[in-house]
Amino acid sequence: MGKLTWSAIPLGQPIQMAASLTVTLFILATLALVTWKGWWPYLWREWLTSVDHKRIGIMYVLLALVLLNRGFIDAIMMRSQQAIAAGGAQGYLPPERYDQIFSAHGTIMIFFMAMPFMVGLMNFVVPLQLGVRDVAFPVLNAVSFWLTASGALLVNLSLVVGEFARTGWLAYPPLSELQFSPGVGVDYYLWALQISGVGTLLAGINLVTTILKTRAPGMLYMRMPIFCWTALASNLLICAAFPILTATFGMLLLDRYVGMHFFTNAGGGNAMLYFNLIWAWGHPEVYILILPAFGIFSEVIATFAEKQLFGYRSMVLATMAIFILSFMVWLHHFFTMGAGANVNAFFGLMTMIIAVPTGVKVFNWLFTLYRGRIRFEVPLMWALGFMVTFVVGGMTGVLMAVPPADFMLHNSLFLVAHFHNVIIGGVLFGGMAGYNYWFPKAFGFTLDRRLGKVSFWCWLIGFYLAFMPLYVLGLMGMTRRMQHYADRSWQPYLIVAEVGALVILCGIIATVAQLIVSIRTRESRRDRDGDPWNGRTLEWSTASPPPAYNFAAMPQVEALDAFWDMKQRGASRLRDAYESIEMPSNSANGFVTAFFAVVTGFAMIWHIWWMAIMGLVCALATLLAFGWIERVDDEVSGDELARVEQARFRQAESG
Amino acid sequence: MSASAQMTAADGAGPAPVRIVVAYGFWIFLLSDIIMFSALFATYAVLRGQTDGGPTGRDLFDLHSAAVETVCLLCSSYTCGLGLLAVERHRINLFYWAFALTFTLGATFLGLEIAEFARMLAAGAGPSRSAFLSAFFSLVGLHGVHITVGLVWIVFITAQLAVRGPREFVLRRLRCFSLFWHALDIIWIALLSLVYLGAQ
Repeated sequence: MGKLTWSAIPLGQPIQMAASLTVTLFILATLALVTWKGWWPYLWREWLTSVDHKRIGIMYVLLALVLLNRGFIDAIMMRSQQAIAAGGAQGYLPPERYDQIFSAHGTIMIFFMAMPFMVGLMNFVVPLQLGVRDVAFPVLNAVSFWLTASGALLVNLSLVVGEFARTGWLAYPPLSELQFSPGVGVDYYLWALQISGVGTLLAGINLVTTILKTRAPGMLYMRMPIFCWTALASNLLICAAFPILTATFGMLLLDRYVGMHFFTNAGGGNAMLYFNLIWAWGHPEVYILILPAFGIFSEVIATFAEKQLFGYRSMVLATMAIFILSFMVWLHHFFTMGAGANVNAFFGLMTMIIAVPTGVKVFNWLFTLYRGRIRFEVPLMWALGFMVTFVVGGMTGVLMAVPPADFMLHNSLFLVAHFHNVIIGGVLFGGMAGYNYWFPKAFGFTLDRRLGKVSFWCWLIGFYLAFMPLYVLGLMGMTRRMQHYADRSWQPYLIVAEVGALVILCGIIATVAQLIVSIRTRESRRDRDGDPWNGRTLEWSTASPPPAYNFAAMPQVEALDAFWDMKQRGASRLRDAYESIEMPSNSANGFVTAFFAVVTGFAMIWHIWWMAIMGLVCALATLLAFGWIERVDDEVSGDELARVEQARFRQAESG
Repeated sequence: MSASAQMTAADGAGPAPVRIVVAYGFWIFLLSDIIMFSALFATYAVLRGQTDGGPTGRDLFDLHSAAVETVCLLCSSYTCGLGLLAVERHRINLFYWAFALTFTLGATFLGLEIAEFARMLAAGAGPSRSAFLSAFFSLVGLHGVHITVGLVWIVFITAQLAVRGPREFVLRRLRCFSLFWHALDIIWIALLSLVYLGAQ
């Protein structure tokens, strides 16, 4: 069994053991419940083999919310450790555990929380906004999702079997080389991210093709909802950046597995090459995450101000400018590497320039709100919280774009505060805004407003309490990733940060409570006509939840904000007759491929070569087997469509 | 706006036909694949001088072998295109001949590459000898892996065509394969220029 022995189960470490037991019991309980209730056939048919972009989108978001909790537990453990480990105190986490926790926190929050959250929302919304029935490649979409889920599974498996990386969320060599990290932690990290990275790349290709090649009739580029534009930019970045990540991790794997010398100290290797390659992916990745969030805020602000988005064209231009510029700033992550004054000056300037299109966006949002008919619904509150918070985070970013300032602030808590400021204030707030905004579309009932507001205020206040002290600490000289520290004057700030984390915990609890309460009271909060917010874009023109085929008849787009335009013209959405349509049938391809990907990944991590070869051969066989069959679509007849649509409009009128 | 059969999605004519969508998606995949190669090209460019006292490219590379490999690959692209045209004109037997030739030429290329690798390994110039050789074996090896995938794909698609006939879904895959095979040519030309000719 390669390197795998019984000693891989962390029996000697009470905290890790308790965590892994809890997770294992939770999973077993869920499986038992599903078996006991006899839900397997339903799950298999409707979810596990589904190729419906809406189902896949929902599963992505669910994955993100589950792993938000995992990542947050890591966060609160770190905050607690730093709140007590001052002076001579060592806290409750030994260094090797603490290192694994901050590595897992970063890895999970970026790759398995933020990414699936954004990809999930794009998956769900983009085809609906484009007025089409599915993404360009529905089966590939399922493969993408299940590969992402496989990666998440492998990362969490490291909690139960073996250990996780202690190398930070980007695994810089030479520390991540075999010489200094001989354990399986870095291998868990690398294989989990390689597998999910392939999934992400395929998802990117899928959505780019969907947006560029399959839009409803009349949907010109300049009539596309702004969220589709930001999704386009984000997915183009995925296609251009993720292959670099795959290549980089591939090289590190070759170093570790076959003794090559890409990034080693010996043999002529060059660790600085890794920094350049990883950030050539890593900086575009930042925009892969934030651009869809910008799109969500644009939709939310336009809807709840009841105005067309101010400066639509400038918004599109700003999005595409950010898309291009995002590939020209990567070196600002390591000004201190010593590339030289001129190189640093160039990348510093480029970084400042990228703030310009972002500023354009902020002003566009402000002018959209100006003299709008504002409704303070939960999604808009997240959007307003974002605008204030993100501007603060953006300005600290521009501050660090000045190389001399960066030499002072590099790797300090100031940096940690900055990127949490933009990622929580931007991406997470965007995800939460989108979640509250599109939830009624996905499930047919709205989320509870009161608890939604509680969740928002807890997150906002908790964020400021948790991260403003870190700015101060950074200026006081505290570096990141410290398991303990000697300077007692830092402790009060870290206690405030701990309190902030606890307030955020209340926000998370409120989010869960909001979901439970909303499900229990769903009958009183049904969305009967599919348009709960008086929306502007096409997703609101169909039923909530939408039928599998999204639109009984493909909408004809006449203007920007197509649905608003239809409502203004009083265009009837009910037709006399419908043409029959063909919908892709279910496929187990994604689930089976992902299963073998997990087997292969696990075997590679533990050097179980026979199992790795078996997994790879089975994955290939799966691919070939599914490639051999001609897919037969399910047909929905025109009469059936007419019946469903008529019933829906009758219900909307009576409701 | 008048509806016309000539209009594309960019003109607002609605979703493009499956044939176009599939080829377009595959193009984007190929571009992303080329970006993966470009990361390795950049790595090679940085590490080519880092020989750690070991052999350099000038000592190791056999330009004659590389020339024969290039000829094989370029000819195989030609026969691949020929096969595609044959299928579209319903000349299935010509297609079989063309793809048999494509396979043979591809396999010859791969054989020569493996022989070159074996020769270097035997001379003690394996991938773990120096950073330069790590970069060389990874870059050229990745291209070789792609060729291997292409060879498996040739067998698969030919069998599928033989069993299922020239159905639309088979033809779509055939077109994707041909794009893939041509893209490998482009990468090889870059490889030949930077790695083999660049070492002289």
